[in-house]
Amino acid sequence: MTPDEIRASRAAREKLAWLVLLALAVLVLPWHQSLPTGSTPLFPSALGLAAEGRGWLWPVVLALPLLVWAGFRDASSRLFLNIVLAGFAILVLQGFAVGLRGPAFDVLATVFPAAAQGQTGFGWGGFVAGLAFLGLIAHSLALRGFCRGDRFSATAVVFIVALLGLFVFFPILKLSMAAFVGPDGELAFGPFIGRVLAPEIWRLDCLTGGRRCGVVINSLMLGILAATISTALGLALALIVARTSFRFKQTLRALSILPIITPPFVVGVAIIVLFGRTGLLTQFGADVFDVRPTRWVYGLTGILMAQVLAFTPITFLVLLGTVEAINPTLEEASQTLGAGPVKTFFKITWPLLRPGIAAAFLLAFIESLADFGNPIVLGGGYEVLSTRIFFAVAGARYDLGHAATLAMLLLSLTLIAFWLQSRWLGRKSYVTVTGKSDAGLASTLPFGLKGVAWAVVIPFVIFTLGVYAVVLVGGFVHDIGRWDLTPTIAHLRTAFAFEVGTAGFEFYGSAWNSMKTTLLVSAIAAPLTTAVGIMTAWLVARQDFAGKNAFEFGTMLSFAIPGTVVGVSYVAAFNVPPVDITGTAAILVICFVFRNMPVGMRAGLAAFAQIDRSMEEASQTMGAGGGVTLRRIVLPLVKPAVFTALVYSFVTAMTAVSAVIFLVSARHNMATAYIMGRVEAGEYALAITYSTVLMIVMIVCIVLIQLLVGARKLGRRREFQGQITPAE
Amino acid sequence: MTDEIAIEFVDVTKNYGAAVAVDSISLSIAKGEMVTFLGPSGCGKTTSLRLIAGLELPTSGIVRIAGRDVSQRAASERNVGMVFQSYALFPHMNVLENVAYGPMIRGEAKATARARATEILEQIGLKGLSERLPSELSGGQQQRVAVARAIVQQPDVLLFDEPLSNVDAKLRRKVRGEIRDLQKRFGLTAVYVTHDQEEALAVSDRIVVMQAGKIAQIGTPRDLYERPASPFVADFIGDANLISGQVSKGRFVSADLDLPLAGADGQAQISLRPERIGLTPGDAGPVGTVRSCTYLGSRWEFEIETGFAELLASRPMTEAPIAPGTRVSLNIPDTAPIRVA
Ligand SMILES: Nc1ncnc2c1ncn2[C@@H]1O[C@H](COP(=O)(O)OP(=O)(O)OP(=O)(O)O)[C@@H](O)[C@H]1O
Ligand SMILES: [Mg+2]
Repeated sequence: MTPDEIRASRAAREKLAWLVLLALAVLVLPWHQSLPTGSTPLFPSALGLAAEGRGWLWPVVLALPLLVWAGFRDASSRLFLNIVLAGFAILVLQGFAVGLRGPAFDVLATVFPAAAQGQTGFGWGGFVAGLAFLGLIAHSLALRGFCRGDRFSATAVVFIVALLGLFVFFPILKLSMAAFVGPDGELAFGPFIGRVLAPEIWRLDCLTGGRRCGVVINSLMLGILAATISTALGLALALIVARTSFRFKQTLRALSILPIITPPFVVGVAIIVLFGRTGLLTQFGADVFDVRPTRWVYGLTGILMAQVLAFTPITFLVLLGTVEAINPTLEEASQTLGAGPVKTFFKITWPLLRPGIAAAFLLAFIESLADFGNPIVLGGGYEVLSTRIFFAVAGARYDLGHAATLAMLLLSLTLIAFWLQSRWLGRKSYVTVTGKSDAGLASTLPFGLKGVAWAVVIPFVIFTLGVYAVVLVGGFVHDIGRWDLTPTIAHLRTAFAFEVGTAGFEFYGSAWNSMKTTLLVSAIAAPLTTAVGIMTAWLVARQDFAGKNAFEFGTMLSFAIPGTVVGVSYVAAFNVPPVDITGTAAILVICFVFRNMPVGMRAGLAAFAQIDRSMEEASQTMGAGGGVTLRRIVLPLVKPAVFTALVYSFVTAMTAVSAVIFLVSARHNMATAYIMGRVEAGEYALAITYSTVLMIVMIVCIVLIQLLVGARKLGRRREFQGQITPAE
Repeated sequence: MTDEIAIEFVDVTKNYGAAVAVDSISLSIAKGEMVTFLGPSGCGKTTSLRLIAGLELPTSGIVRIAGRDVSQRAASERNVGMVFQSYALFPHMNVLENVAYGPMIRGEAKATARARATEILEQIGLKGLSERLPSELSGGQQQRVAVARAIVQQPDVLLFDEPLSNVDAKLRRKVRGEIRDLQKRFGLTAVYVTHDQEEALAVSDRIVVMQAGKIAQIGTPRDLYERPASPFVADFIGDANLISGQVSKGRFVSADLDLPLAGADGQAQISLRPERIGLTPGDAGPVGTVRSCTYLGSRWEFEIETGFAELLASRPMTEAPIAPGTRVSLNIPDTAPIRVA
């Protein structure tokens, strides 16, 4: 076959595959998850339903023969594209136009009486039809020159845009609409204004020594305090590591990943164990100094302690990068010009540090706003936006409108912080962890400052050690809360008991269920997240298509949305047809994929920036389409980025709580949700045990992933690592 | 060379946003021909090449390869080979795998692909290096691997984007000769991009001179050198003295310069090649004063001030130098001036 025939037959095969998929979707597969009430078609596909009187499905069904006809004439024609676009549009519109309880517009009921019975969410048929339409849109666009005619890239762009639309923008849209809904489900501004201006949100009483403050004020106060303290600590640590003869630099760097793999709640629990009313140190204080035990740790103080512990490593890494990037020759120059060390520090070093400090501060601030685990364990009566949102939909009085309003407030605050960050610091600010100069000897800290730094750091280190000691020991002793340190595996047994019986393994422990779900969901989500993230990065870095800037902005935006907001938005969007997927394991996976995808994307973008794109172009001129080029040329060269993305998405999926807490169900419970239940029930030891097990599992998995992804790095090609530009 | 057309551009335009990189170009390249795109930086050479490869698609116009309209067709679906400036060898594959990549992607069995690759590598003089990684090769060897990789699947066109810019000056002459030999030996249609006019003159059947996204002139190297169609071409290909003056009754006049010149009367501009200007100390005919005299090994180069222009003249090294300040008379053969405007 000539290359020309190969090309023609490949294109024809792909077109045929999409058309067959569409045929399958509208003719064979069940259109809905479950049949709408009162519907008894001969067969449950779109065709069957349409024939039964659900006439609004006819356009979707009839698109098939039209497309077959137009497609075999010329799939690159405007006509073909228009038919697919129309078919897809009708598919989406009918889903919204006829809801569970009947049509959205009365006209529909007159034209199609059956519409009054309403319809349920999409099933396999509906989803596969959407998929096939999108595939045909991409196919046609590519033939018309979209993405430089590369069908793989065009398909990837179309699918990713559709997925982002469905799983990022649509939920947020639904959520903001929910904020404008009155008590009877009608669209109204009044309730929204009322909710936004409510005193329970903006009250400042606590400042004047009265009752509590509003939630927004609480959140802001917590955010600012947590960000300030962890930035100060991070700076002190960074200065000590980079500017003194501190020897455990690598250890500290390695330890700074601890908070990332620490499951939520466990730090909170450890703090309670130490400082709660019956806590170890509280009792010690009572016994020795006769301090009356109180619940002082619950509230702002406790949350602050936990958050500072969690965020300091982040600020430390950012600031270490900044400190190391400061060229010591500048400081040396200043000193040779006669400025003393103190003056040099404040005149030279400090101004250079400022951007890093701003970045670290905003990062910690955003994290604090989004944090859910610590406030819920340690909050007591101190309510912040994220916990309030949770209770508005999870509590006894389900009030989506209220939750949505608060979520919009939280989202706005976060977006403002992000906006400030990008305005002050430009795009690069997110990745400041690398880059340093080894030239010269870094000047040392002025003596006074060194003292201050140590004075700040030492208590922090002791506190951290204490907390992690509790975590390490707590799960395997009788009752750490009462200082009963008899070793035991009773807690482990409660959670993870199993027996090897005649029927193989039998799992009795109460935690097995959630553990299995967590592992399964994370194991599915991690590669998907990585794939979507790296693929998106590749499209942004290498492809050229209309609307690319909006595309890039959209992907980054999905990162800015706090988990709690994502959680409620999914509740608002996916509880009702046409996409009714709450309570499934799929929604958990989807939630992780689109929340964590930007991390894979950033890792990918950084990697692609270092690879000469002409290698990919060479591959293309040699006959490889986008997909083959990606698999055979690009991926082998960006392995480290793939590893980073895999590990990150796996670990985040294992430890995530803020979004999934809204999405778990009795059937699909996640480890973090289970732990939260144990904490609420006061079973601290069990919570700690489970957390420890989770951490161990994560470490084992990280090592496994490394072996899996990194295996080919060994052997003959070792010396070639790192050189990813073409040899010249 | 046959008369069959291998590549054809019809009114091809490529815009990047508001910027026009290639502006309504039409041209055709015959099968077996080697054509060079030549022009100053940013004139659209690389873009034109990428339009042939399919690495860019035209904003408007038609690109045909071997008679087929490929305007909206992806690079992977055209049958082109391309040698990149950076060579773009795959660093994680050895030489053989690099060369066998294309045939394998196009669906050949692994063994066949490898056999083809081995054969090409042998023909191109890289026998014995097939197990090496690209990083273990010299620059010249890498370049040849890149060429082998591009021709292994018998492309309709072979494209080169400044393939010699990473080769040192000495090797350049040799490698460009090899490329030309290879192109003739395999009967390939080749398009070559360079901004080095000497290179262009040496390797091309025809040269396309580009200026700001447009074609300034197409012709054989001799055409361009001896009959430039515009001052730009005259100046860009080799050195040229551009002189403005008046034509009337078949003579071109500018100050004391008076030469026979055909064409319409009125304002005109001529080009005079430096080596066509003879110099003899004296006062007859058009005269000038030597401002400088530079020794360039094979020749002398003079800067001469005259009543009509600053002239550049060059004389073989076998002639005697002339001291700066000397008045000279200029001997210009009747065939030397070329009207360019
Ligand atoms: N991807 C791009 N986006 C925007 N403008 C581009 C792009 N690629 C090229 N251009 C512009 O198009 C014009 C032609 O570029 P091209 O690379 O073809 O020049 P060139 O003749 O190859 O120059 P050089 O000799 O420097 O390689 C230039 O003005 C360039 O800035
Ligand atoms: Mg160029």
